[in-house]
Amino acid sequence: MALSRSGSNLLKPISPFFSCAPSILSRSISSSNDSITVETSIPFTAHNCEPPSRSVTTSAAELRSFFRDMALMRRMEIAADSLYKAKLIRGFCHLYDGQEAVAVGMEAAITRKDCIITAYRDHCTFLSRGGNLVEVFAELMGRRAGMSNGKGGSMHFYRKEGGFYGGHGIVGAQVPLGCGLAFAQKYSKDENVTFAMYGDGAANQGQLFEALNIAALWDLPAILVCENNHYGMGTAEWRAAKSPAYYKRGDYVPGLKVDGMDAFAVKQACKFAKEHALKNGPIILEMDTYRYHGHSMSDPGSTYRTRDEISGVRQERDPIERIRKLLLSHEISTETELKDIEKEVRKEVDNAISKAKESEMPDPSELFTNVYVKGFGVEAYGADRKELRATLP
Amino acid sequence: MLRAIRHKNILPAFSAFRAFSSSAKEMTVREALNSALDEEMSADPKVFLMGEEVGEYQGAYKITKGLLDKYGPERVLDTPITEAGFTGIGVGAAYYGLRPVVEFMTFNFSMQAIDHIINSAAKSNYMSAGQISVPIVFRGPNGAAAGVGAQHSQCYAAWYASCPGLKVLSPYSSEDARGLLKAAIRDPDPVVFLENELLYGESFPVSAEVLDSSFCLPIGKAKIEREGKDVTITAFSKMVGYALKAAEILAKEGISAEVINLRSIRPLDRSTINASVRKTNRLVTVEEGFPQHGVGAEICTSVIEESFGYLDAPVERIAGADVPMPYAANLERMAVPQVEDIVRAAKRACYRSVPLAATA
Repeated sequence: MALSRSGSNLLKPISPFFSCAPSILSRSISSSNDSITVETSIPFTAHNCEPPSRSVTTSAAELRSFFRDMALMRRMEIAADSLYKAKLIRGFCHLYDGQEAVAVGMEAAITRKDCIITAYRDHCTFLSRGGNLVEVFAELMGRRAGMSNGKGGSMHFYRKEGGFYGGHGIVGAQVPLGCGLAFAQKYSKDENVTFAMYGDGAANQGQLFEALNIAALWDLPAILVCENNHYGMGTAEWRAAKSPAYYKRGDYVPGLKVDGMDAFAVKQACKFAKEHALKNGPIILEMDTYRYHGHSMSDPGSTYRTRDEISGVRQERDPIERIRKLLLSHEISTETELKDIEKEVRKEVDNAISKAKESEMPDPSELFTNVYVKGFGVEAYGADRKELRATLP
Repeated sequence: MLRAIRHKNILPAFSAFRAFSSSAKEMTVREALNSALDEEMSADPKVFLMGEEVGEYQGAYKITKGLLDKYGPERVLDTPITEAGFTGIGVGAAYYGLRPVVEFMTFNFSMQAIDHIINSAAKSNYMSAGQISVPIVFRGPNGAAAGVGAQHSQCYAAWYASCPGLKVLSPYSSEDARGLLKAAIRDPDPVVFLENELLYGESFPVSAEVLDSSFCLPIGKAKIEREGKDVTITAFSKMVGYALKAAEILAKEGISAEVINLRSIRPLDRSTINASVRKTNRLVTVEEGFPQHGVGAEICTSVIEESFGYLDAPVERIAGADVPMPYAANLERMAVPQVEDIVRAAKRACYRSVPLAATA
């Protein structure tokens, strides 16, 4: 069975030695904005470029916000799991727990004028781009308070004002779309970049290479981010890719392999990638990460990987635990304070769910809205057009 | 070589005018499309062109001739032969707010990119409840050319027109080409613009109004090319020309045919079609594409739903043959509607195809 080759190498990010605690710390004084230097778990592995330094500057405030944001995301996804099992969420639901460091670390390195586009595992990315919990749960439950008015669902979250372009259900399609966003940024002389995210499963898509070729030819400020959680649905990476070194697959396009469970490594890599893309065109970031849930709520996630592997990663590499240890070792927060934050976050999520449940389902007339921006008063039909028709505004 | 074909004027079609005594001007469909692109690019800096050979080659069919010289390589982009990639890039640029015009060398190649046309472009405004609109135009030659074989001859009107969220236009004359392309580029929704290679070189008279840079045709409105009272013939693109020829022949035999140029396949101008059938009581639908689930099937059903009582004869349907396009010239001729097919169908609809006398 496929399980024989997976397992222990996922506990260790990349290289054989693994250090849990950062080896160089500068101790902070109590002020929350004093800078702290943190080392990433392991050095970056580079392809066709010079890797950035392992030392990342941060602050107590940032550490605390990383903890809170990731705890919120974790809690949100687990609550979504329960809602799905209670049949309040229908259809597809792809959860991101385990991968929070990628969303949070990326956001810390960029602005809202930079764009992010991703696939269907999009709940946490939406949140990091300024979305709120009520919009998330309402959309998941198909209510009108959802950010897509209940018409999109789990895979179609968008927040254009926050630079978040979705939320896409077709594997790999978001990568050319992201390169298009980067094209438009360059065309408009915006001095911003686009992060086009995709998984290890999508990394083999032809359209990705087509888009990368054009991005490299035209020097587009596009950063392709492979969130390598090592499984494309139920297929382990070594069964899908002849070369699972996704950061090298760009050939002439430089790449960086990053410990995706370390929010600071992600932050450093994204900062580096943004500077690179603005000057030199596309770059690939491979985030070595892991999802605790199966591919979606229909997948238990344990038929193609062992429970030991899952619990092993949770013990050794959990992104929230890493920040907790940093907060404690730098004496920025106490155990109790952190537990309180987790309780608060839990309450916040519960309140948001209650509020979302109060939102109604969309009005039946919404069946026919937003088909076009400009409908020219044309008629649209329901299943029985003699019974249900509408004029598109 | 590029310098020799530089267009110096703002109206690049000026050189093609032939003045008649009534001062009617003529313009080829190619010039009409070129001038429409030129004017819209001039009016809105967000409009840009993308496709294979649209720049340095001056366009595979010379539709984009002179535009690279005029607007530069940042706005007229030659792409590699990677439809899925560059169409996705075009749609992404439209998400951000630019107004791309993506050329497919023929719509047969659009199948490589159809996921982006349907799933990334057509559905986005709906799925995002209006947050992400996609002001993009996909244009290029559609349907049969001459002798290009099965993989290069399919008509995609029915495929794209079935999809909510898309608008599908198909011009016939130069006036159509100019007005509809300008409307498409200005439209905030994704538009599939189906041209015809064999029409590019055809000349049509154009009025001063059509030549004006603000000229625009409404989307969703068909045009009655020829008024009549005995039978309605609907057609689009090249078949409009054939329908008009058929109408001439029918007129000599005492049948007055009303020819409707659909112009817009989606939205379909059901009210113009139905009003016409209510007047003539007989209908022949004409299209070049495959018959099953085609445009004619939709028109027929629309008329049955809304004007059944007005029909005096079954609806007749003329379409391409239900086979992949053959290469041999005689077989190809059989695979595409001819004028005599339209005449015959119109006569059948008028119950005039068989002499009443049974004797030979």
